[in-house]
Parts: sequence; structure tokens; C-alpha cells
Amino acid sequence: MTTDDFAQMPDFTVAVPGESRPVASVYCADLLSWAMGRAPADAAWCTVMGNVNAVAVAHLADVAAIVLCEDAVLDEDAREKAAQQGVIIVRTGLPAFAAGVAIAQHAGLL
Amino acid sequence: MPNIHMHYVVPGDDFTRAGEASADLKARLKKLGMPSDAVRKVAIALYEGEINLAIHAGGGEIEVQVFPDKVEMTLTDTGPGIPDIDLAMRAGWSTAPDEVRSLGFGAGMGLPNMKNYADDFEIESEVGVGTRVFMRVNVA
Ligand SMILES: Nc1ncnc2c1ncn2[C@@H]1O[C@H](COP(=O)(O)OP(=O)(O)OP(=O)(O)O)[C@@H](O)[C@H]1O
Ligand SMILES: [Mg+2]
Repeated sequence: MTTDDFAQMPDFTVAVPGESRPVASVYCADLLSWAMGRAPADAAWCTVMGNVNAVAVAHLADVAAIVLCEDAVLDEDAREKAAQQGVIIVRTGLPAFAAGVAIAQHAGLL
Repeated sequence: MPNIHMHYVVPGDDFTRAGEASADLKARLKKLGMPSDAVRKVAIALYEGEINLAIHAGGGEIEVQVFPDKVEMTLTDTGPGIPDIDLAMRAGWSTAPDEVRSLGFGAGMGLPNMKNYADDFEIESEVGVGTRVFMRVNVA
């Protein structure tokens, strides 16, 4: 799957669009240094952290997208920074585990 | 790839700006055509160090030397220093205050990540004087 697919997936809405990239895996964590150290490049990163620091981590760890779960708040400055740095942000009301399962199913990872 | 020298000043306690040096270096290395896995290692290791300067040391400075085959980064601060480096290096150990924990920091994984992503990692610290971290990432 690619990040373009999120637009068609039920339960997901694209909050910050960006250049299409492959989604190779799913990683779930909220503490930033765990995500920084363990999220693989090209992962869909499922988290409830919607602040500028999460955007910085997503950018530097080179994940495919932030999947902001549980309808968690997306800070306005985070939205701006994501657009500026080319970080894709997708929102969902699903908890991180369910979001991860939905993405993995869509991507044929299960 | 030409040799490049970069100098960054990291402000203390500004967690929205912390990360700018790492993002700037990442963009430069990408532009130079450095392989993306090496760029990623540099970006991750430097971000953790940059954030530590902002959170734990009241700011500091970063020196970067880019060579064709390696990137060397030295982070120095005149913050409180680290009383027990072995303890600080332990995964999960953190003295991060509650207000930065609520931002998602404080897992106690920053220094372990730096050691893990850098091919060479050295840290020295003196209480009341400051801390110096050296990291080298090899470019395959
Ligand atoms: N430059 C520094 N000056 C003073 N103390 C530091 C410095 N860098 C790290 N420390 C100390 O080492 C501890 C561990 O650092 P580490 O980066 O591993 O975790 P953290 O910053 O607390 O949390 P995380 O990086 O996971 O968000 C810190 O909590 C702090 O006590
Ligand atoms: Mg840290």
C-alpha cells in the first residue's frame, strides 16, 4: 500500500497530505524516543501524540506517516510543521492497535 | 562529497525549536546525495542529543564535520552534568520533569538510541561543569 490509500480507507481521514510513499510496516508507540529508536523507515506510526515533537520524530526517523489515533488532538503548530516538512498525518478514531490492524490488513501484511 | 563543517547553537527549554539542527543537517546530507540509511542514522542520533541539550542542559552547541566516509558530531553543554553515566545510559532511566514527559519525552531511551545508531559513541560529563558527547556515523 501507499500513503495515498488512506484517503479511501474507512475510519481514516488525511489531515496533512503529502507526496505518496510506500507503507511497509506499522509501529505503535507514544513515547517519542521509543518511536525514534524503533519505528522502521516507511512505517505507519500509530500514536496519540499530535505535537510538533512527534512531527520532528516522524520526519527524522523517516516514517511513512503519522497515524493520529483515538481522535487525539493535532496541534496547529504541528499541522504547520508537518506540511512544511512533508510529513503526512492521517487521523482516525480507532485506538492504535485497531488502526494498526486495519492498515496491516489493507497492506497485506497479515 | 565535499568536507563540510556545521555549527549549531541549541536554545535551552525551547522544545518546539529543538530539532531544527537535526532537520537542517538531514536536509543538507540528503542534498549531498548521502545514502538514506546513513542520513537516517545521523538524524536520529543527533535529534536525541539535541533534545537532551534543550531539556537537560539549558541548551548547548553542536559541531558537525561531514567527510566522504563519515559524519562526526560533537555536542557540548555547560549544564548540570551527569552524576552517574552508567545509570544515565541505561534504557528507561530518566530525570525528565513532568512537563516534558507530557510532550512525549522522558522514556529514558535517548542516550541508548544515540549509542545504538552511532558507530562510535563517547560521553564525558562532570557535575557542575557540563557534558560532551561525540558521535561518529560511518557512511557505507
Ligand atoms: N546533556 C545532558 N546534561 C545533563 N543530563 C543529561 C544530559 N543528557 C542526558 N542527561 C541525563 O541522562 C538521563 C537519560 O537521558 P536519555 O536521553 O537517555 O533519556 P531522557 O532524555 O530522560 O528521555 P528520552 O530521551 O527517552 O526522551 C536524562 O534523564 C538526564 O538525567
Ligand atoms: Mg533524551
